[in-house]
Amino acid sequence: MRIRVLVRPKAGILDPQGEAVKNALPALGFEGVHTVHVGRLVEMEVERSDEVDAMCRRLLSNPTIEEYEWEVVG
Amino acid sequence: MRIGVTVFPGSNCDRDALYGVRQMGADAVELWHADADLKGVDAVIVPGGFSYGDYLRPGAIARFAKVMGPLEEFAKDGGPVLGVCNGFQVLTEAHLLPGALLRNTNMRFICDRVRVRVETVDTPWTAGCDPGEELTLPVAHNEGNFFADPETLSRLEEEGRVVLRYLENPNGSANDIAGVCNEGRNVVGIMPHPERVSDPALGSDEGLSILSSVLVGAGV
Repeated sequence: MRIRVLVRPKAGILDPQGEAVKNALPALGFEGVHTVHVGRLVEMEVERSDEVDAMCRRLLSNPTIEEYEWEVVG
Repeated sequence: MRIGVTVFPGSNCDRDALYGVRQMGADAVELWHADADLKGVDAVIVPGGFSYGDYLRPGAIARFAKVMGPLEEFAKDGGPVLGVCNGFQVLTEAHLLPGALLRNTNMRFICDRVRVRVETVDTPWTAGCDPGEELTLPVAHNEGNFFADPETLSRLEEEGRVVLRYLENPNGSANDIAGVCNEGRNVVGIMPHPERVSDPALGSDEGLSILSSVLVGAGV
């Protein structure tokens, strides 16, 4: 089965990548952008999904600074 | 005294660390990432670099290297461990140290010399320093911006576990923190590179006061 994991900075944690992108958009003429957060998308083919949560906690995200969500996409 | 230096694929300060260890008059022992034991060393330095290409997050993959099993045991038994730069990142990923290292706030790789103050001499890696001593040390990092949640930060401050503090914060680090230690005080992580200033021929040997501190604790 295919799994899609989304990892992103926890709310309130400084996200310098997001800030840099937010500041770059007006330079290209895109106005009205209030916040940007940059995360990471991980797609995996796995045999079973019962360990995906542990994978997210132990490796794919760092729970000190990031939060994650995952779904089966096919 | 025998001091081990771990070598992961992508470590690039391991040779400097081995050189620094010899400079302070100790035996330097290379510890390969696939080693199953620590070869009986008395202390371990986890050096800087880009272990495993910094893929996923700095230190995230190195944390699961084979040598990290015995290293974690060694740390839990009170053995002196120093993580420098990427080594600091590896130790936070391994939960041997609190917090995490975020991208520098200016989004740039910072390669510079910084002034830091030794905030506690109650660790094996600062025992030979003077309290409040100021050092000039090199930094070279993209993720040196120390982060911990507010409760952890106040605990670190109350328990005197901030080891080094920047006099001028280069990277956005919380409370100007350049280095911290664990609860047992034997595991220390710092962003500046003492091993790069371990010989007057390199411009300075100020880093030796950090590295050779471990000899003081051992009574050498």
